[in-house]
Amino acid sequence: MTDESKNQNQLSRKERMAIPRQKMPEQDPNERKKNFREVPHGLTPEMAIMEARRCIACPKPKCKEGCPVEVDIPAFIALVEQGKFSEAARKIKENNALPAICGRVCPQEEQCEKVCVLTKKYGSVGIGNLERFVADYEREHNEIEIPKLPPKTGKRIAIVGSGPAGLTVAADLALLGHDVEIFEALHKTGGVLIYGIPEFRLPKNIVAKEVDYLKQLGVKVHTSYVIGKLDTVDELIEKEGFDAVFVGTGAGLPNFMKIEGENLNGIYSANEFLTRSNLMAAYDFPDCDTPIKVGKNVAVLGGGNTAMDSVRTALRLGAENAYIIYRRSRTELPARIEEIHHAEQEGVQFNFLTAPIKYIGDENGWVKAMECIRMELGEPDSSGRRRPVVIEGSNFVLPIDTVVVAIGNSSNPLIPQTTPGLKTNKWGNIEVDPKTMLTSRPGVFAGGDIVTGGATVILAAGAGKVAARAIHRYVMGMPLIDPETEKAEKAETAEA
Amino acid sequence: MNKILEKKELCEKVHQFRIDAPRLVAKAKAGQFVILRKDEKGERIPMSIGGLDRKNGILTVVIQEVGKTSAAMNTMKAGDYFLDVVGPLGLPSHVEKFGNCICIGGGVGIPPIYPIAQALRDAGNHVTTIIGARTRGLLIFEKELGEASNRILISTDDGSYGTHGFVTTILKKLIDDGEKIDMVICVGPVPMMKAVVNTTREPKIKTFVSLNPIMVDGTGMCGACRVTVGGKTRFACVDGPDFDGHEVDFDEMTKRMKMYVAEEKISYDRFKADHNCRLEKQIEQLNK
Repeated sequence: MTDESKNQNQLSRKERMAIPRQKMPEQDPNERKKNFREVPHGLTPEMAIMEARRCIACPKPKCKEGCPVEVDIPAFIALVEQGKFSEAARKIKENNALPAICGRVCPQEEQCEKVCVLTKKYGSVGIGNLERFVADYEREHNEIEIPKLPPKTGKRIAIVGSGPAGLTVAADLALLGHDVEIFEALHKTGGVLIYGIPEFRLPKNIVAKEVDYLKQLGVKVHTSYVIGKLDTVDELIEKEGFDAVFVGTGAGLPNFMKIEGENLNGIYSANEFLTRSNLMAAYDFPDCDTPIKVGKNVAVLGGGNTAMDSVRTALRLGAENAYIIYRRSRTELPARIEEIHHAEQEGVQFNFLTAPIKYIGDENGWVKAMECIRMELGEPDSSGRRRPVVIEGSNFVLPIDTVVVAIGNSSNPLIPQTTPGLKTNKWGNIEVDPKTMLTSRPGVFAGGDIVTGGATVILAAGAGKVAARAIHRYVMGMPLIDPETEKAEKAETAEA
Repeated sequence: MNKILEKKELCEKVHQFRIDAPRLVAKAKAGQFVILRKDEKGERIPMSIGGLDRKNGILTVVIQEVGKTSAAMNTMKAGDYFLDVVGPLGLPSHVEKFGNCICIGGGVGIPPIYPIAQALRDAGNHVTTIIGARTRGLLIFEKELGEASNRILISTDDGSYGTHGFVTTILKKLIDDGEKIDMVICVGPVPMMKAVVNTTREPKIKTFVSLNPIMVDGTGMCGACRVTVGGKTRFACVDGPDFDGHEVDFDEMTKRMKMYVAEEKISYDRFKADHNCRLEKQIEQLNK
């Protein structure tokens, strides 16, 4: 163990860069496609220290800027290198209350790891893997510490929705001494982390543990409590006496393609398919009461993370052929590379440049086939991606028993409909000032998918951070943006 | 967790529950629904609101045993708790001064007619309620609806009570007799709602139906409850449950409600086997 006794200063940059990126051990694809257990096993302590040694501690670390919640990445990695794993977890928690979750589901390759100086030549430091490792270590060794909380401010904040945005706001405000109450419509806390992301990617006991942490910080959680139906946002302020409200209700309504036969039996939205499997544990039917139907041939429409989650869930529920049907090509797939890779290893069949045009049903109203058409890529569209163009006459019929439509969500109307004066854009998303997340209503803030449309866990958490800062200032009677920060920002803009 | 304060059997396999739910009851309006979950492994099932005791904060729901979940719920007793009672969900029934309103209920669609009839009468309408059942013994809520309505008319399929025939037999007679009807609202089994809508289609009487398709979350998130209304897909949980009956594609809805018939049977058979097993053991013990 002489290597491990060398501290950070004793290793030269060259030595550090010579260490290969540590590969996280995983369940074998043929085995795991038959179970719902988590795919990667996590790093061992030895691997974590080795991985931490790869960090060359740049004087101007780009990784920190690449993180939507500005975790002090070099500092936590230095602690890992010293074997101080739980301290490292606490370092992350200064900025991010949900490290075990973010370590698993953040698209690090697009954020912190993308800007790591090692990325191009050597492969980036495995920041996400390390984050996951330290959070798991702290939890598994029962070393989670509740930070000392400041005196109570007496201010009360209501949070609508317990997904990543709401949980982040709750943690940050509880740490500042406010009384925080979360109102969740479903019967379990965690929003998309519970109903959407499957067990094999994010074990539910980990979400429960992170929620427990918030409860230990004093956050109260009300489940099965539908704001907009039971109380309105206005009633939370006027009748229940909350000083501010944060709306983080997520991307609510599933989109369908509006093609012929879409209401045939066997056609699910990804939300329903995943909710049945995850939240309602339909994979355990009939031990659990909620059923799910998965036939031999399953087609999942879409190419995002939700599509990958759905198609991999279908395999685990017994599909013989699980297809991804995506209208663009492989390069345009919006899912994380890791998820695509995992799906391929498990035997998912990708049909690129293909779009369904109608469903064909049997006499009992069940889908039995899907008529598709081939596409080719034309000129780039407004998103910068090449637009798929129909190849006339290329129609073909694909026999199918189950379809999962994973083409995105529109915003849930419950809150906008019942909150007079709350401005939304043409997609129904709530409009906010991006610097404060303040909506058109004083004291009402919003963030996450209800503002941006379907995005990622960490972007929602990032929005939660911004909102928490502004909510704190709002309830304490300070200007929402620190005047000093504003001055500095203005100066910067003027210089530029 | 919501406590069952009272429970009684209304007729075979149909039980009425009075559940402590003060916040929900304070907000709920006629025509809305709730989602119940019995226990940790239980399904979320939508249930119509069958009464709102605003003074005491008590919610009434009536559950008919049709499968495992409803059977298991009907074994619950006063003092037991539902793990979750979520709501009020959906949009309230359209209540305004229409004039002469006919409220029609069938089976376990009868209880939700009760708060709707009350609300319509409170809004200044003349309310006639028509309820129907297969046979007299299965007729429920007659007393409550008699009080809530200006007039109550009853049909039984076997002629054991009231008019021999269906609710539509009565409705058709009212129409044929030239009664001016301004609005009809119907809650009941799909074939009944379809028959009512077909009866009012030609005389062009505004007819609302309250749909109860399969749901999971009940807040618009999953789309399990999609129905075709006027050629467009709507979500019964957030756009309904009430829709213009003349626009609803009942045939599609009937097929969609059969999506899990096979699974429901597996669950129900297992439940009955377990349940009988337990009963036999109890009898054995008693005999000892």
